[in-house]
Amino acid sequence: MSVMGVSYRSYRVWQRNRDVVLRLWFVELVPPIVGPLIMMSALGLGLGAFVELGGDQAYIAFLTPGILSIFPMLWAMFDCGWGAYGRMNMQGVYDAVIATPLNVEDVIAGEIFFGASRGALQAVHILIAASLFTPAYDILQSPLAVLAIPNAFLAGLIFGSLAMSFTSIAPSMSAYNFLFAFVINPLFWFGGAFYPLERLPDGLEILAHFLPITHIVQINRGLVEGDMHWSHLGNLAVALAFAAAFFALAILSMRRRLIK
Amino acid sequence: MSEIISAKGLYKRFGNLVAVDRIDFSVKPGEFFGLLGPNGAGKTSTIRMISCVSPLSGGQLLVDGMDVTKQGRAIKALLGVVPQEENLDPDLSVAQNLAVFARYFDIPAPEARRRAEEVLDLFQLQDKHDEIVDNLSGGMKRRLIVARALINNPKILVLDEPTTGLDPQARHLVWQKLRLLKSQGITMLLTTHYMEEAAHLCDHLVVMHLGRILAQGTPQELIAEHVGRQVLEMRLTDGRREEAIDLVRRHDGVKLEDVEDVIYAFGASENWEQLMEELAPFGEGVRLRDATLEDVFLELTGRGLYE
Repeated sequence: MSVMGVSYRSYRVWQRNRDVVLRLWFVELVPPIVGPLIMMSALGLGLGAFVELGGDQAYIAFLTPGILSIFPMLWAMFDCGWGAYGRMNMQGVYDAVIATPLNVEDVIAGEIFFGASRGALQAVHILIAASLFTPAYDILQSPLAVLAIPNAFLAGLIFGSLAMSFTSIAPSMSAYNFLFAFVINPLFWFGGAFYPLERLPDGLEILAHFLPITHIVQINRGLVEGDMHWSHLGNLAVALAFAAAFFALAILSMRRRLIK
Repeated sequence: MSEIISAKGLYKRFGNLVAVDRIDFSVKPGEFFGLLGPNGAGKTSTIRMISCVSPLSGGQLLVDGMDVTKQGRAIKALLGVVPQEENLDPDLSVAQNLAVFARYFDIPAPEARRRAEEVLDLFQLQDKHDEIVDNLSGGMKRRLIVARALINNPKILVLDEPTTGLDPQARHLVWQKLRLLKSQGITMLLTTHYMEEAAHLCDHLVVMHLGRILAQGTPQELIAEHVGRQVLEMRLTDGRREEAIDLVRRHDGVKLEDVEDVIYAFGASENWEQLMEELAPFGEGVRLRDATLEDVFLELTGRGLYE
């Protein structure tokens, strides 16, 4: 069975990447905890002391669902952006793999699934960090927060596919400066991770709703605060649609680049 | 089945560039088959189509009775591919490279480990088991790539310039292993621009140039048919050059080829002894030697002289 040429064999690529991570486990598994911890301390506690949210919620509690969204996004994009470019163009990994029963589609899907898994793993890290702050700041208010892990996987599918689509047209490593400046930056700052979207000027607020990250953040906010609405189903549907569209784009565009 | 690979009207185009121009050939099981030609001849394009990583622009190509356009995965499962460019996985150790590669073929882990030990043994890499790939020498990397290509017990081994960049010792070791594998019944498909390599290894050769097949046969047949037993080689300064060429041209059936500063004279039926006597005044600059595949190649791909 295969969809768009993607078969179960994409799991073989996932396994290859997993083996590499396990081989370098210390550098792969320890640093991802640092970024979220620093952000929670610096922004959550440091800047948070000056933030008045209008309720009794601490800023770090408001910030955590955002962190649970943007860090998985970043890891999936690093992996399917810079990482994938290296494996494809510098290490010859793709060439070696497509000489086996795996096809280009399997390779790209496996890479994206792995990027998404990195996102999910990052969510585990963040939940652990958040649980350390929870007694003092009441961050994780519901066991539903655990569902931030599959939501991070979904975010990883969206943003891993997006970065992979960029990789499919990247002429060189330095081209990723564009990805960082024009794609990652707005997603990072305008998706409602750091402040309620209503605080943005009207034009920007409308724009923010077109960013896929916004929907991931809203789902995470509901999960962490234990405050789910029907509207979250809408967010989920939009996120799934983004994932499907970017995934298809990545496969099609990579076919164009790799099948010659 | 008498043919393990069969190409009919095989055609490959990249935009306006025709890389493979409707060629026909077939490979018999157990044969050491060589595609010989300069860079840009279409060798790599041809084997990339056989390896099912590059779609055909036209024609028909069967590997082990299967159509490359329909049964790519099944064909790839039968092949061991040794690429031109080193593409070992630098993030993994030697043993992991083999284990991960075996998994791409759905080979169960215990069997993969056993196969890995076998091929590491064959290529004298046992003590590099846990080494990082980057720490291997060029020769060892090449051996590991061939070892990796054997992990799935391939029916056909596809070798794209397998010894380019190797020193003579390393090259001879690879050749020896390839002959051993051939003796075990694996069909070998080799591309090379080293005539010596082709002569050393191949039972059957196809000479390619600009996407076409110019000639095919065994190395001996090709030499006999296209250049004869011996070749006259002349390295002369400008003035004496014309003089010698005039002299040689008086003999029937001699074909002259001008390659950079050397003039070669080929001619299957020529009486070289008489010609050599006539050329004696030219001294050291003229010599007669045994013909090689390289001469076949120059004869076939050269532009000819004063034709």
